[in-house]
Amino acid sequence: MTAPLRDMTPAERARSTSFYEASARTRLELLLDAGSLIEFIGPEQREVSPHLRIFDLPEQFDDGIIVGHGRLDGSPAFVAAQEGRFMGGAFGEVHGAKLTGLLRAAREIGTIPVLILFDTGGVRLQEANAGELAIAEIMRAVMEARAAGVKVIGLVGGRSGCYGGGGLIAGCCSALAVSEFGRIAVSGPEVIETNRGVEEFDSRDRALVWRTMGGKHRRLLGAADLFADDSVQDFREAALELIGLVGPFGLDGLKAEQERLADRLRRFGACLDAVEIWTISGIAHAETIPELPTDQFIALADRIGRTSRDAR
Amino acid sequence: MTPDNILTALFPDGHQVRNDKGVLLGSATRRSGTCMLVLGVADRTAVGVDEAIRLSGHVLGSIDRDDGPILVLVDSDSQRMSKRDELLGLNEFLAHLAKVLIYADMNGRPTIGLIYGHSAAGALLATGLATRVLVGLPGADPAVMDLPSMAKVTKLSMEALEQKANSTPVFAPGLSNLAQMGAVQMTWNYAAPLADQLEALLADMPAVQDLRDMLGKERGGRLKAAEIGERVRDLALQAR
Repeated sequence: MTAPLRDMTPAERARSTSFYEASARTRLELLLDAGSLIEFIGPEQREVSPHLRIFDLPEQFDDGIIVGHGRLDGSPAFVAAQEGRFMGGAFGEVHGAKLTGLLRAAREIGTIPVLILFDTGGVRLQEANAGELAIAEIMRAVMEARAAGVKVIGLVGGRSGCYGGGGLIAGCCSALAVSEFGRIAVSGPEVIETNRGVEEFDSRDRALVWRTMGGKHRRLLGAADLFADDSVQDFREAALELIGLVGPFGLDGLKAEQERLADRLRRFGACLDAVEIWTISGIAHAETIPELPTDQFIALADRIGRTSRDAR
Repeated sequence: MTPDNILTALFPDGHQVRNDKGVLLGSATRRSGTCMLVLGVADRTAVGVDEAIRLSGHVLGSIDRDDGPILVLVDSDSQRMSKRDELLGLNEFLAHLAKVLIYADMNGRPTIGLIYGHSAAGALLATGLATRVLVGLPGADPAVMDLPSMAKVTKLSMEALEQKANSTPVFAPGLSNLAQMGAVQMTWNYAAPLADQLEALLADMPAVQDLRDMLGKERGGRLKAAEIGERVRDLALQAR
């Protein structure tokens, strides 16, 4: 028998709540210390997208993103969480500007980390120009914040994954934690199939999508530093761990990233499938990776030892 | 316009820029006699992992060695849409290129993007939109996404999309729409020598500060972004 929710501690609730299934608001409430979230420009202010009405599409009062301040194990943190169930978590003008403003404040303060809970298909196409530019501004703001000493941590495990420009912002973060469901890519499966044909990428082949773009592959490649179980509590622990691990940003990190990515191309550039990459990485029975339980997978990923730490 | 025409017009005193399968790498001599690092994407080439790593490597190789501004020429496709590129982590390669350009700009190597042809989506984010000043040339036709892909994602018909594209600057492809947003700061023209227009910009470079949201507000293309960003910033500074 499961205990009624009201009798559970916040940690127990977070432990039992799927990050993938939870709303952006629930994720933040359970990720941060209980009751510590202060939202900036919340839904009561009704700052909606000025562009969706052109397409007769419904608006959301927070434009699909929550930004604010809270505490993580007692320490201050800025947070942003995208709502993947509204317009696929896509970046529009208002949505993007909220994150840009948060990052600019973090840069001025210099010591408070920023957690970005990605859940996005990329640019909101109904306001494509504003959304694209918002992403460019966020990338710039992330790098300026990091240069000022801010740790920017990305958490990827939502329904909409982290696609398009969201994937580029993730690539700008100091570190990433990803769950099995956390797909990270630029072009989504449907977009590749539409442009290049089903022979290039069959978007209905879900196993192909997961092993090409999913969290396990991203962790094994070293694109993500930590692999989290699909619970809010696990992402909370991953965020705390990454805040402790991230070093300062500078030219050495970018040079190391150049070498890390060039090495990846040399080693895996001719591979046609993720299973080939995993096999070359020294994993026996690589084809069983998709079915591997989380604890066994984490042990394996740690043994392979590929991370992007100090090289991004 | 071919990259050769553009480079000759920009640098009448000569350049050493090679076009290798659509990837432009090299340097050029400015009117003042000083050197300028040049890189870019030409011939509507898609930007995949192989292109991105060479472009970022070119900038990183120059950071310790040279000084002076950096020019990024853009006539690309979108990011390369392929299984191989995504398998290898294209998002990291494109982000890395943007990061290197942003780092250079913040550390004494002012960056200028010059879009003279096409570009789209992730390719534009990693090149022109990662520079301090993005300049357009007449005839350039940037787009965030092509209409067939948009139709697939938005589940709207091509006809409906084309109709809206004609009336909606915030969504429609094109240089003037991106200029209205604040993404393209200025448009040069072919009537005056490009070399003069480049020198005029370099003599009067704006400060290292992202003012594109303010520009979008002034030009009426993005009425909310600057204000929302500023309000969140103020609230966040008070909340600590």
